[in-house]
Amino acid sequence: MKVLMFGWEFPPHISGGLGTACYGLTKGLAEFEDVSVIFVVPKAYGDEDQSSMKLVGANEVPVTRKQIQFSNLQAKIDFYEVESGMIPYVDPEEFWKLTTKVVSEKTKFVETNSEGKINFSGKYDQNLYQEIYNYSIVAEVIARDNEFDVIHAHDWLAYPAGIAAKRISGKPLVIHVHATDFDRSGGSVNPTVYAMEKEGMDAADQIITVSNMTRNIVIEKYNINPDKVTTVYNAVEPLSQEEKIKLKKGVDEKIVTFLGRITMQKGPEYFVEAANMVLKKMNNVRFVMAGSGDMMNAMVKRAAELKITDRFHFTGFLKGDDVFDMFRMSDVFVMPSVSEPFGIVPLEAMQSNVPVIISYQSGVSEILKYAIKIDYWDTYAMADAIYGLINYPALHNMFKEHGKAEVDNLLWKNSAKNVRDVYLAAIGND
Amino acid sequence: MKSICFYFQVHQPFRYRRYRFFDIGNDHYYYDDYANESILRKVADRCYLPANQMMLELIKKHKGKFKIAYSISGLALEQFELYAPEVLDSFKALADTGHVEFLSETYSHSLVSVKNNDLFRQQILEHDRLIEKYFGQKPAVFRNTELIYSDEIGELIADMGYKAMITEGARHILGWKSPNFLYVNAINPRLKVLMRNFKLSDDLAFRFSNQGWNEYPLTAEKYVGWIKSMEKDEIFNIFLDYETFGEHQAAETGIFSFMEQLPDAVFKNSKITFATPSEIAAKFQPVSIVSVPTPISWADEERDLSAWMGNELQDEALNKIYELADRMSKVTDPAMIKDWNYLQASDHFYYMCTKFFSDGEVHKYFNPYESPYEAFINYMNVLSDFKLRLNTFAPESKSQLEIAGLNKILEEKEAKLKKYELEIISLQTKQNVQRSVSSVKTVKEKSPGKKK
Repeated sequence: MKVLMFGWEFPPHISGGLGTACYGLTKGLAEFEDVSVIFVVPKAYGDEDQSSMKLVGANEVPVTRKQIQFSNLQAKIDFYEVESGMIPYVDPEEFWKLTTKVVSEKTKFVETNSEGKINFSGKYDQNLYQEIYNYSIVAEVIARDNEFDVIHAHDWLAYPAGIAAKRISGKPLVIHVHATDFDRSGGSVNPTVYAMEKEGMDAADQIITVSNMTRNIVIEKYNINPDKVTTVYNAVEPLSQEEKIKLKKGVDEKIVTFLGRITMQKGPEYFVEAANMVLKKMNNVRFVMAGSGDMMNAMVKRAAELKITDRFHFTGFLKGDDVFDMFRMSDVFVMPSVSEPFGIVPLEAMQSNVPVIISYQSGVSEILKYAIKIDYWDTYAMADAIYGLINYPALHNMFKEHGKAEVDNLLWKNSAKNVRDVYLAAIGND
Repeated sequence: MKSICFYFQVHQPFRYRRYRFFDIGNDHYYYDDYANESILRKVADRCYLPANQMMLELIKKHKGKFKIAYSISGLALEQFELYAPEVLDSFKALADTGHVEFLSETYSHSLVSVKNNDLFRQQILEHDRLIEKYFGQKPAVFRNTELIYSDEIGELIADMGYKAMITEGARHILGWKSPNFLYVNAINPRLKVLMRNFKLSDDLAFRFSNQGWNEYPLTAEKYVGWIKSMEKDEIFNIFLDYETFGEHQAAETGIFSFMEQLPDAVFKNSKITFATPSEIAAKFQPVSIVSVPTPISWADEERDLSAWMGNELQDEALNKIYELADRMSKVTDPAMIKDWNYLQASDHFYYMCTKFFSDGEVHKYFNPYESPYEAFINYMNVLSDFKLRLNTFAPESKSQLEIAGLNKILEEKEAKLKKYELEIISLQTKQNVQRSVSSVKTVKEKSPGKKK
C-alpha cells in the first residue's frame, strides 16, 4: 500500500507538535512492510536548520525529492519538499515569531534564494492563502507523477493539496485533524480557515482525529458523519540513551515548569495565578514559564503585579535540547491548556521522569492514568496539585515510577497500526 | 443441626471537604458537612430505617426464631446522633427484642489491626463501651474492619477475651474446605472463626438485581433451596453490607420482599434455624483450625488488603498517620481525639486505590474523588494541618517543646490578665458607686479603660 502524505513540517524543521507527530507516524508506518510513504512538505522559510536539509536548487525546480532512510527499518520514505515561504502553523504565536524574525533575516533570505519569489513584507495572511494554493498546484503535479493507493493530509494547510491530489488521481483521501480552528482561536473562528477545514473534512473518505475531544468537535462543529471519523492517539518517540544524562540543578529548590507557546490556547495566565498561590504558602520553589508567544508580555506584567518575579522566571523560546534540559531540572510539569487536541509535551516530560499536571481539556488526558488532571480554570486545584507533588514525596515517586512506564508503552507502531486500519477502510470504501 | 447466620455491616465515614493547602494552619475544620449529612439522610431513608423496621417486624412475627447481628462502627453511630437520631432509636428497638447481637469492631473502622497493636486494643475497647452504652450489650464476637483477619490478629482478639471472630471464607485460604462449618484460630484454638459464605452473600449483595445472571430472578424459595440441598453443611454465614437493602439493591428490585419471605421459606419443612454469631460459636463443634498467615479481607477478587494498602500513596499516608500514635496517646483534647479517630477510617485509603482497572466499578461507587491522587493530596493536606495542631499538644522536638511551653505561658498570662481586668472593672464600679453621689463625670472618663 503506497501512501501519498501531505504535511507542513518535518524534523528537524519543526516548531510544534505537528512535525513531531508526522515524523513519529511515518516512522511507525515504516515498520509495516506493506506500507510505504511519500511525504510532501513545503520548504520551511527562514528556518535556521535549512542547511541541514541539503536542499538543492529549490528555486529552480518547484519540487525536489529526497529519500530518508530510517535506521533498522526496511521501508524507505520518499520525502518531497515544495518550495514555499510557509510556516507550519497559523496562530498568534507563530505570527508573532514570524514578524519579529522576518525583519531581521530578510536580507539573508534574499541572498540564499536569488529569485525571492515570495514576498514576505508583513502581509502574512494574504500570502499564506497564496501559499496554500501553490501547494495544492504542486500536489497535483506530484499526484500525476507518482503511483499510490491512498492520500493522507495533515491539518488544514494541507487539506487543499489532499483534495487536489484526490481530484487528479481519484484515490481515497484521509485527512488527519491535529487541531481545529476552534482550538487555535479559542472560539472566534476565522471563517476562511473554517471553510477550508470543512471542505477538507467533507471531501475526505476517512478522518483521523488525535483525541475524542477533537472527534467531537469535528462531528458537532463541522457537522461530519461520525462513521467516518476515527480517533488515533499520538505516541512518543523513545528517548535515546545520551539524552538521559541527568543535569544538575543549580539551586536546591523545587522547579515547576510551564512549557509551550504563551498563547491563550495554552492557558498561561492560570499557571501564573496558581504559582502565586503556592508561593504564598512556601518559599523553596521556583516557577518557570518556558516558551514565547503573544501573551508573554502580559504574563511578565502580571507576575510583576503579583510581586513574584524573584521566584517566577521566563526563559523565552526553547529549542531542541534545551527542552529536555528544562525537563531534567523540573520537579513538576503543568499544562493548563484551554483547548488542546492532543498535547505531546506532557508525554515528553513523563519520559524525563517529571510528574505532570494536565487539564481535562486536553486530548492526552483521555489516555494518561498517571497524571493529575484538573480543569484549566480551577487554579485552586492546580495550586493544590503542585503543592501536593512538591510536598508529598510518595506522590512524586509514584508518578516517576509508573508515569515513565506508562509513556514508554505509547508506541508509534501501535498508532500506525490504527492509521493503517483507517487506510484499509478508505480504500475499501472506494 | 443447621443454622443461618446473618450479620450486617453498618459504617459511614466522615468525608473530608476539599481541603486545599492554603487551609493548612489557617482552618482546622476538615469535614464536608453537606455531603456527610445528605448521604447519611439518604441512606437512612432508603436503607437503615425501612430495613430496621422490616427486621423488627420479622423478629416479632417469628417470635424470636429469626435472629440477626449488626456491626456498627463508632463513626456511623456518631453520625446517627448528629444527623439521624431516629436511626439510633430503631437500632435500640432491635436491641430490646433480645434477638439481635451487636458485634465488636474498631471504633474508627480503621486499619489499625495491621499497624499498631496497642492502639488496636484501645479502639476495640472504645467501641465496646459505646455499644454497651447504646444497646446494653457487651460484645462477645469481634469483627474487624472489612473482615480483615490473620492468625496473629485472631490471637490478639482471643487474648482480649472474645469467643469468636468473623472473616471472609476466602477460597485461597480454605482451599477444598467449606466455609459452612465452624473453625478455630491456628494459634489460640479457643477462638472460634466464622467464615463468610461469599457465594450466598454476594448473590444478594451484587447479583440480586443483575438480569444477566442465570439465576435471575432470585426468590426466597430458590435461595433456601440451595441451602437445604447442602445436606452435610452446618452453618451458612451470610455477611452483608447493610446498605444492600435499599441502597446497593434498590427497593424496586424486590430485595425487601425477598428478605420478608426468607424466614417462612426457611421454616417450611425444615429444621434450619437462625443463629447469631455468639450462638454459632457456642452451639457448633469446630471442625478444624484455619491457618491464615497473611491478612485477608472480604474485598475485591484478591480478598487481600490491596484495596487499602500496597500502593505508594496508601502506604505513605498510613505510615504518616500511625507515626503520630505515640504522641496522640498524650493528648486529651476532645476535638483532637475526634479528628484523630476520623483520620483513621479505612475509607480514606480506599479512595487512594490505583487498582481502578479491575475492580474499578465497585471502587468508583464509593469514591467522592476524581482520582486517587486527589484523594491523597486532600488527605495529606488535612494530615499536615492536624500535625501542626498536634505540635501544640504534644511537641515533637525541643524547639517545638519550647514554643509549646512559651505558648502555654502566654495563655496562662492572658488568662491572668483577663482575671485582673475583671477585678479592676469590678473594683472600679464599686468605687464609682461610692463616688456616684458626688461625681458622675469621673465614671464616664474611666469607663473606656474597660476594654483594654
